[in-house]
Amino acid sequence: MLISMNWISEFTDLSGIDIKELINRFTLSTAEVEDIYEMGKDIKDVVVGKIIEVNDHPNSKKLHLVKIDIGSEVVEVVCGAPNVYVGAVVPFAKLGGQVGDLEIKEVPIAGVLSSGMCCSEKELGISDDNSGLMIIEEDYPLGTDIKEFMQLEDIVFEVDNKSLTNRPDLWGHYGIAREIAALNKRPLKPLELVDTSIYNSLTPIDLKVEDNERVYRFSCITMDNITKKKAPVNMRIRLTYCGMRPINLLADLTNYLMMELGQPMHAYDNSKVTEIRVKTYSEPIEFLTLDDNLRKVDTETLMICNAKEPVGIAGVMGGELSSISDDTTSVLLESANFDGTSVRKSATKLGLRTDASARYEKTLDPEMTVLAIERFIKLLIDIDPAVKITSSLTDAYIKHYDKITIDFDKDYMDKYTGIDISSDMMEETLSALGFSVVRDGDSFSVGVPSWRATKDVTMKADIVEEITRIYGYDNFDIYSTTSLLSPIRHSVERDDEYRIKSLLSHKYDMNEVHSYIWYETKMNKELGINTEPNIRIVNSLTAENDTIRSTIIPSLLGFIPKNVESNPEMGMYEIGRVADGLKEDGLCNEKKRLGIVIASKQLSEKEVFFKLKEAIEQVLLDIKNITPVFVENEAINKYNYVHPVNSAGIKLDNQEVGYLSVLHPKVRDNIDKKLNVAFAEIDISDMEKVDELPLEYKEVSKYPGVTVDLSLLAYKSTRYESLSQYIDMYPCQYLKKYYLVDIFEDEKLLPGKKSVTIRFEFVSMERTLESNEVQKMVDGLLAVLNSKGIELR
Amino acid sequence: MLDNLDKIRQQFKEELNAINSKDELEKLRVAFLGKKGLVTEALKNLRNLSSDEKKIAGKEVNKLKHEIEEAIASYHKTLEEREYLKEIENAEHYDYTIPSSREAGTLHPITIVQKKIEDIFKTMGFIIEDGLEIQTEYNNFEAVNIPKNHPARDMQDTYYLENGQILKTHTSAAQNTIMKKYGAPKKGEPLKVLFPGRCFRNENLDASHENTFFQLEGMMIGDDISISNLIYFMKVLLSEVFERDVKVRLRPGFFPFVEPGFELDINCAICEGSGCSTCKQSGWIELLPCGMIHPNVLKMGGIDPDKYTGFAFGLGLTRLAMMKYNIKDIRLFNSGNLKQLKQFTR
Repeated sequence: MLISMNWISEFTDLSGIDIKELINRFTLSTAEVEDIYEMGKDIKDVVVGKIIEVNDHPNSKKLHLVKIDIGSEVVEVVCGAPNVYVGAVVPFAKLGGQVGDLEIKEVPIAGVLSSGMCCSEKELGISDDNSGLMIIEEDYPLGTDIKEFMQLEDIVFEVDNKSLTNRPDLWGHYGIAREIAALNKRPLKPLELVDTSIYNSLTPIDLKVEDNERVYRFSCITMDNITKKKAPVNMRIRLTYCGMRPINLLADLTNYLMMELGQPMHAYDNSKVTEIRVKTYSEPIEFLTLDDNLRKVDTETLMICNAKEPVGIAGVMGGELSSISDDTTSVLLESANFDGTSVRKSATKLGLRTDASARYEKTLDPEMTVLAIERFIKLLIDIDPAVKITSSLTDAYIKHYDKITIDFDKDYMDKYTGIDISSDMMEETLSALGFSVVRDGDSFSVGVPSWRATKDVTMKADIVEEITRIYGYDNFDIYSTTSLLSPIRHSVERDDEYRIKSLLSHKYDMNEVHSYIWYETKMNKELGINTEPNIRIVNSLTAENDTIRSTIIPSLLGFIPKNVESNPEMGMYEIGRVADGLKEDGLCNEKKRLGIVIASKQLSEKEVFFKLKEAIEQVLLDIKNITPVFVENEAINKYNYVHPVNSAGIKLDNQEVGYLSVLHPKVRDNIDKKLNVAFAEIDISDMEKVDELPLEYKEVSKYPGVTVDLSLLAYKSTRYESLSQYIDMYPCQYLKKYYLVDIFEDEKLLPGKKSVTIRFEFVSMERTLESNEVQKMVDGLLAVLNSKGIELR
Repeated sequence: MLDNLDKIRQQFKEELNAINSKDELEKLRVAFLGKKGLVTEALKNLRNLSSDEKKIAGKEVNKLKHEIEEAIASYHKTLEEREYLKEIENAEHYDYTIPSSREAGTLHPITIVQKKIEDIFKTMGFIIEDGLEIQTEYNNFEAVNIPKNHPARDMQDTYYLENGQILKTHTSAAQNTIMKKYGAPKKGEPLKVLFPGRCFRNENLDASHENTFFQLEGMMIGDDISISNLIYFMKVLLSEVFERDVKVRLRPGFFPFVEPGFELDINCAICEGSGCSTCKQSGWIELLPCGMIHPNVLKMGGIDPDKYTGFAFGLGLTRLAMMKYNIKDIRLFNSGNLKQLKQFTR
């Protein structure tokens, strides 16, 4: 919103104030100022001139040769305006003067020297009227600088509208002036009004409000004998500077009041609108608004109507047919207050956000409606003294806001602020902002003024803001809190996440990625990935990606095609969220999952698989100090990209935590036939349910151990896990550990079988073992293995 | 006899001079000191002498034996040195300018920035918390004082799910849960908590708009937390985050979950406050919203606003990462594009 300092100075004295510094303080105490414009500085040496002679231009039909009397001399200029006539008094820019970017010099125009320029309103920046020369109607001595009677010089600042959303009182100059007066510690002048009670004896307007929920107040009055058509120039300058387009006196006055008080008003032609109904229609209607658009209005939109037809959309815009025209001499003036939400909804539905609706949305003060009418009449009569008021002030005041009184004391304020602001200063600030203050020493009872009571100020904390913002946050002493020494509670899960990430990135050289929480439907289709139905977003802008993912893997697989060209050897992982269906209470079963994908062209599929398995083992060992167990996998039934054979579930201390798999060949071929891909998903929350094992240090023997390698013949289908179980069946206190050294397969040498070499380490804590003792143990071990069909090779 | 010993000594010297390898040296040792070696033979011959002669000659033979032993040991060392020199001379010259092939993995830029900030807050005693991404309307709106009919609620940028839940629009959605989890703080032990999280806005993507982005929010609640503390903390914390002595400036700002609410600006690092294009000539950069936690929000979190006060602040983590790495296009973060993401090694 644009604010004119000239306008402000009408309500509070700004003499001797550094305006730039004031605007900076306004930003720090009230609302953000985005820009400051110095207006009128580019208009120089423009004086009142009278056209005394008009001749045709020898070389042009459009141009005229004009002689102008500017008091001290008569100058000759070439003028292209259509409205040149003898006797016209116009603004005239002298040689050496300036109009906007144009410096006035003696120049030939179509071959004739011109020594100055007659100006239009647009050229002077007063309005966008460029139809002809501005005609000065008032009587000023010729040669008077126009700045002596036109307030062209002004400082206009633009306040960020967003920072005013909660301040309905700041949507007009008077409210801004109140803030500035408080900042300057100077008084705010009362508004000059006409007391409408003098019209009480006149007939009221026939007004019926049929919707008592959404109409808070509807005030109106009629007036007649309006003869002036154009607003005074200084009013038009202010409107233009504040971004409004001057139209005609009545429209300009309603806009002027809106810019001054923040109260939207509407002037209906009284010859077309004589009574008012505020209601909704039971059927949708079509309605021609002021901007000449035929709009569809639904049954929920509140309308202003006369006896027969609609004349305005409440709080948004009036109708074309009932609007004032150049021949209007009598008006019905509306000054109303509607429910902010309702106006917002109407404006949104119509796609028509106006200056009025934007203000109503902020929840305006209903006390303002009559005030605005009284101010309107005052300004109108000053301009056009012959105007007659033809009705009493008709006022349906339906919803009053509660009067709010807030009690607090200095202790509360000191605790909240952390600094010492004196009670005198608090009283002064609140009074300046219009609060009524009853004070007993350091105890306060303050009444909230109506313009702050619609939603903004309701409680003690709001008073803190009023006092501190005017006090100035820059003036605060700042200091640390004091607190007892106490240990910080660690977030185990977050620490674990960082450990996992660090391990995968820095030991396994993988890259962390982020992906969306929904399935990328198009990519999944391209890759032939089927996903289960899951909960969906109902209003996504990208409608095809509306399903929340229940697993993280498709997101990661979807990244492979993007990278396979430049990075065929890739390892990617993400810790992200999924919704694993719904819980019993109907809420999403949100889970945090770790997804890993490894792809390679150099490694075989088997190598990729085991590389991934190793990474998972290391992660789980690192976090929980437990070696995971790999088991038959249920994921194969769920997801079509899981390999039916080469996939396994991951168990940690009997808790299922995830699975790993190589990519199903069908999906693999959709990406790249030569790419070997393995992936895994681990549920972080399930993993965190498992208690970590403490690390146990064991004494090592002082005596040397004996190492025996045994190559065992087993069927190809026999898993290492089975061998391990058989070995564990042999009770032997000296067998400290054993581990896999090699697996050898050769269809010719060992048809149907494989040779598994395992290294056994025998050691005693008390002595050096004799070789025949060890042999006995090996024999015992082999006897157990033989009984299970495992032979020594 | 003694003559013979001189001969042996002479012969040894001559032969030693001709030796070039440890093998030859060993042969020489055997030839002189071995079982049938010249010196050994000379020792054996001693028995043919009279006892007086034996005494004198015995001394001489042993002397010779020691001489030869020492000479051999010393020559052995020389030969060894020579061999090492030779090995080094013949060594392959490695080209240490060949680049190493291993490429370490990377963390996501958000993780890097988030961890750094979390670490700063941890040193100041903050607990790190987490929150759900799929939230109830209550947690995301009502509990932070955004009632039904508030304009923020009918904005189209909230993702609504079929079951009425939403994708959280801001990290504040975790406030209520966290307050209830920890309860009212003990006297002198304010609750200090930081909760980063991923947020969602139903927007179309472009270089500066993402529908999925990270924020980071912090709160401090206690029996005597004041506006003065808030300003102090923000100044200290932001100085750590930006690694310079940051100046902060507070302006009134309206956010339903704080009262008073502020927009916090920091002094522009580029022009140091004198005004430039980055700070739109103001010398200040709008950085984050903060404020004193609204009494209604405390109340809904089960904390008595008459006894406790607190402050809260939010920081755009994604925006911060963009500032830190000078990232121009926000779509990088969720792109999975390794060409880009592999650059974030620290």
